[in-house]
Amino acid sequence: MNRHGPSRATRWVIGILIGAFFAIPLVSTLLYTLRGTDGGLSFERWAALFDPAASAAMKPIWIGLGNSLVLALITVLIVLLLLAPTMILVNLRFPKLKPFFEFTVLLPISIPAIVLVVGLSPIYLQIGRTLGTGTWTLAFAYGITVLPFAFRSIQASIDAADLKTLSEAARSLGASWPVVVVKVLASNIRQGLLAASLISIAVVLGEFTIASLLNRQVFQTAMVVVQKQDAYAPAIFTLLALLFCFLLLLIIGRAARGNRKARS
Amino acid sequence: MTSDTLRADATASAPAIAGPSRTVRRSGVSVAWLGLVPFAAYVLMFLAVPTILAVGSGFFTDDGTFTWTNLTALADPVVLNTFANSAGLSLLTAVVGAVAGALVCYALLGMNPQGTVRSSVDAAAGVLAQFGGVMLAFAFIATVGAQGVMTLFLQDAFGLNIYENGMWLYEVPGLIMPYVYFQVPLMVITFMPALAALKPQWTEANLTLGGTRASFWLRIGLPVLAPSFLASLLLLFANAFSSYATAAALASQGSQIVPLQIRAALTSETVLGRENLAGALALGMIVVVGIVMALYSLVQRRAARWQS
Amino acid sequence: MTALPATADNVLLAEAGEGTRVQFQGIEKSYGANRVLHGVDLDIAPGEFVSLLGPSGCGKTTALRVLAGLESADGGAVLLGGQDVSRIPTNKRDIGMVFQSYSLFPHLRVDDNTAFGLRRRGVGKTAAGRRALDALALVGLEGFADRFPHQLSGGQQQRVALARALVTEPRVLLLDEPLSALDAKVRVQLRDEIRRIQLRLGITTVFVTHDQEEALAVSDRIAVMDAGRIDQIDTPEELYLRPATAHVAAFVGLSSVVSGVASGDRVTVWGRDLPTNAPAEGPVQVHLRPENLRFSGEADAAIGGVVEESTFLGSIRRTLVKTDAGELVRVQHDARQHPVFGDRVHLAVEPVPVAVRES
Repeated sequence: MNRHGPSRATRWVIGILIGAFFAIPLVSTLLYTLRGTDGGLSFERWAALFDPAASAAMKPIWIGLGNSLVLALITVLIVLLLLAPTMILVNLRFPKLKPFFEFTVLLPISIPAIVLVVGLSPIYLQIGRTLGTGTWTLAFAYGITVLPFAFRSIQASIDAADLKTLSEAARSLGASWPVVVVKVLASNIRQGLLAASLISIAVVLGEFTIASLLNRQVFQTAMVVVQKQDAYAPAIFTLLALLFCFLLLLIIGRAARGNRKARS
Repeated sequence: MTSDTLRADATASAPAIAGPSRTVRRSGVSVAWLGLVPFAAYVLMFLAVPTILAVGSGFFTDDGTFTWTNLTALADPVVLNTFANSAGLSLLTAVVGAVAGALVCYALLGMNPQGTVRSSVDAAAGVLAQFGGVMLAFAFIATVGAQGVMTLFLQDAFGLNIYENGMWLYEVPGLIMPYVYFQVPLMVITFMPALAALKPQWTEANLTLGGTRASFWLRIGLPVLAPSFLASLLLLFANAFSSYATAAALASQGSQIVPLQIRAALTSETVLGRENLAGALALGMIVVVGIVMALYSLVQRRAARWQS
Repeated sequence: MTALPATADNVLLAEAGEGTRVQFQGIEKSYGANRVLHGVDLDIAPGEFVSLLGPSGCGKTTALRVLAGLESADGGAVLLGGQDVSRIPTNKRDIGMVFQSYSLFPHLRVDDNTAFGLRRRGVGKTAAGRRALDALALVGLEGFADRFPHQLSGGQQQRVALARALVTEPRVLLLDEPLSALDAKVRVQLRDEIRRIQLRLGITTVFVTHDQEEALAVSDRIAVMDAGRIDQIDTPEELYLRPATAHVAAFVGLSSVVSGVASGDRVTVWGRDLPTNAPAEGPVQVHLRPENLRFSGEADAAIGGVVEESTFLGSIRRTLVKTDAGELVRVQHDARQHPVFGDRVHLAVEPVPVAVRES
């Protein structure tokens, strides 16, 4: 018998009330996208996604989605090739810097994107002059935005794997540092790296503030543009993105459970 | 230290691998410091410098002369009203989100962490906490917009016109429901660990000492949870105050809250006839969020002490 | 270890009374298909200190929790002072309980923690505070009144928990493995203090532990449990010298098991004739205590053997010997004798009663 939990009735009441609040917008959005031109239920809006005639209006969304996927890829590379090695370095060689490092990495939570973008404007002006005005340069700013989330995932893996002992063992067996990092350490924090990558993808796909105020076309800004003409396509993409996010989280959760089983 | 001795041993026993241990160690250390440079440079260029530029630009006019005029503009009633709107909206949605989220955590109390209910709610909370920004705005437009499913349903079924007194969805009141929508999952994620850390021994000790279930919550449960609740509340406040995308998508014109004011200032609509107002507004925002987050980390430290 | 306060200065000692009789009558408890308690019967006299001793899963903690009211029994009754309390909820049973760990409320100071039970009973703040200080003095912590639990060591926390349980002057004191989470030295010190306080207060106490040495040191009587049943309830001496079952013999103290042939109340082991604790017939397993075996000359030896290993324990040594009959036995002897692996030895056995089990 549970000692301090609520009664069954209480659980149900809370569950139903709050569940309803959260279900209504989602169900409504679904019904909204199923609204046919004659007023009944139909899939015509969904079909219109692939209809070449309507595709001119949709084009911005596909372009924006493409850009966002490229940005997600570059951001993941920043996480894996810049953040993760630095974290390994700090954990192994500079443990005294850990609090300072953690403070830095968690700063983006305290510095809202809307504030950051005010200062990014002039910087991206310079970047535009040197690297061009392609959307892909946004990834540099996105790397900062995902820092807190990626950090938490990777740090949890590092703590669980006890990298110091692993690296000392590998070194005592004669491995060189590159081999240690790639073959021994990276393999043991693989799960944290995966989670960090997936979360970064989710964040990048959902980012709007910086892209919008730096006048770049990404998935979210494209949807806002299209929404002014056709309110249905963005609603459909919203549901698809939600489903995608849910699947991502399931994968992360499954990977976490698999890792736990392997350890026990 | 151990790794150095190990390396020295490895070097001594396998002379083919490296030269004398002393030189390896010295260059090893300086190489390590170099390893920090790429990340440091990156953070400097894309976090430190933009932040300094953002808040610093409020102190200068367009042609680079130092000035206080942008900051004094913050005292203008229009701007003060914006900050008040932001603060009020953030406080309201933080409180509603915190209470509702705490109730959800309470409803989950004592359930098997690996069971279906708990893991589904955890997954849902994870997804919905990310579901912010413009997609949230679209969902609410589809629900309670002018042609929204619920709007039409209420009209057809009950003859209720929710927009009788104006189109509130596209103004500050319209932001309340969408904000609560992402505040509650965030609360569930941040507060659940605190609730789960309530030890069953406390409940049982309370019983053996003559207390009741009600007195447990009054004297033990709520006091112990109070710091965590406050910490989560502060986090929710900062979260709402910083939000931009949802408001931007719903209110394509207008600047009733601070982030929207910054948008107006950046897109060259001269606000109050001043041009570097964006910097001043950014400074104001960072001061507010900074104070809240500093309080958060203070309270969180106290909360963590009772959770171990 | 500090002396207990003078009776005149301490309200708890001054008000120490007669103690309450505690009875388990046929307690049954199952978790689903799993039967945890099979008809447990136990009669504890007022002021007695009884330990429930047994391995993990034997049901001792469940029995204690049924007594506390934290679990409800499926059958049978619990009586306090002759009154059936089976239907009375925990918070009305007037008991004091100390848990294994983490039971102090983290947000309250030590004195507020201690006074908690009194305040729940409506005692005023000043009166409760005074009694709490007396309770803390009893456990030697009166100077710690304004500290918080996280500032105390494990041993100190358990003392506060004890003071908190005693300050309300409950009818019975229940202790659920209170020392298991503590360091070895602290464990020994605290268990003696608990016993001392219990004797002075005269409060009926039920103590759950899996550590047989602990139980032997502090109890008036011990109930040895196995798989939901009580095997034997007796004083520590009786349990040790005259274990009724093989489980008790194996669990309480050390013993080596060898084969013998029983006939009534005697058994033949290694050609020697020994008295038994309980009558038996035919081939039996015999439990021999290390201190009842000794090295002897070849002439008066019962059996010979070869030393496997010898362990130094400070004042004594325990040596493992493989007998010529192929059995492994442990011999306890003076540390000045120092057998080495491979030594050939001869063993004699003291003619004291032994526990046997039909094989």
